[in-house]
Amino acid sequence: MQCPKCHAAMHTYNRNGVQIEQCSGCRGIFLDYGELEALTRLESQWVQQAPPAPPAAYPAQPAPAAPAWGAPQHGGHHGGHHRQRGFGRMLFSS
Amino acid sequence: METAAPNQPDVPARLAVLARAAAHGTGRPCDCAGGLLRVLADRADGTVVRHGALVAKAHAPDTDPEGHRARLALAAHPSVAGIFLPPLPLPLRPAGGRGTGDDGTAAEVAGRPVTVWPYGPPVDPENPEAAPWEEAARLLALLHRTPPPRALPAPLPAMRAPVKAALAVDRMRGTAPDHPAAATVLRAWRTVPGARLVPAPRDRFLCHGDFHLGQLVRDARDPVHRPWRLIDVDDAGLGDPAWDLARPAAWFAAGLLPADVWSRFLGAYRAAGGPAVGADPWDRLDVPARALTVQTAALALAKSTAEGRPLDEVEEVMIDTCVRIAGNRTDPAPPAST
Repeated sequence: MQCPKCHAAMHTYNRNGVQIEQCSGCRGIFLDYGELEALTRLESQWVQQAPPAPPAAYPAQPAPAAPAWGAPQHGGHHGGHHRQRGFGRMLFSS
Repeated sequence: METAAPNQPDVPARLAVLARAAAHGTGRPCDCAGGLLRVLADRADGTVVRHGALVAKAHAPDTDPEGHRARLALAAHPSVAGIFLPPLPLPLRPAGGRGTGDDGTAAEVAGRPVTVWPYGPPVDPENPEAAPWEEAARLLALLHRTPPPRALPAPLPAMRAPVKAALAVDRMRGTAPDHPAAATVLRAWRTVPGARLVPAPRDRFLCHGDFHLGQLVRDARDPVHRPWRLIDVDDAGLGDPAWDLARPAAWFAAGLLPADVWSRFLGAYRAAGGPAVGADPWDRLDVPARALTVQTAALALAKSTAEGRPLDEVEEVMIDTCVRIAGNRTDPAPPAST
């Protein structure tokens, strides 16, 4: 399948049983009818299953402002792995 | 890590001789433990060799001599004494290098200017929780609030953060033009308004120019408090202080720096009276953070191509961020010149 936007090849991925197509060029994602609803349902299930947050030492702060192009903030999704590797990179010039 | 300097294999060795002379004087005995003598960095843009309580640094071969003199004098200036680690005197007759100049600061090894500094323990890469984000923010706020010193031996140049972003894009164009993600990085770069890459008349703040956590060390000369200090004035100068916050901002925007850490950093910067941002921090941070994202992504393509390896997970995140930047232009403005 070709991307309708940039015409590069689309690759099929399976996310929790939902088939999605992602473009190898512009990285756009193509969803079939009903797939967005399926993903939304899965996400709300994930949130419900998540363990309760540990008691905070400070009152909960509102999420800081982010730019329009910022990554979606998933509280906790980007767990230790990214965080640890990212931290090491922040010690170096780039 | 920058590219090594393959034509100058003797620079670390000659720097080690100079560092020893700076630590002990020539011809005197050295009783430093072997573990305290080592090469801390060996890159084209900076070779650093430790000898006991000090380090000697060979700067980039293309260092601008006038700018270097001004930057060195800035680091030694009393007005930034609690912010930058100050340079130490060079040995009078460095073995393997040219002699000390009239002002006591000029020496070179293999055509590269050399300086000597106190050794300071860096941030522990194994312990992210202990990273001194608040202290880093406070030091940057203090630097930005310090009026530029008037009586320097040469005019303080512009800080180099925007130039470094443009150079990274040039390097990617030169060495990885056919990488599948190169077009994406260039599209993101074209959303950076060229006007923000040159200093505006209002941008007369003292800036570090290349801030990241590797630019902090403890000042071990005060063994009780061991206060954190900024190091590396090679890119320092006058400019828009938002660029000094741009790397943490870019990492937060990419989803790599946790929101609570970013809040702590920005909160500490504001609490210390830092002038870089107003009520909406992204008014000033948006463009520099885009540029730092592009810079990081461009260097990732250049380095991964040179090393013949695929992008790693963190590098992929930066490319994904470039995709979102490319799809989200800034307000109508002239595009970046390159």
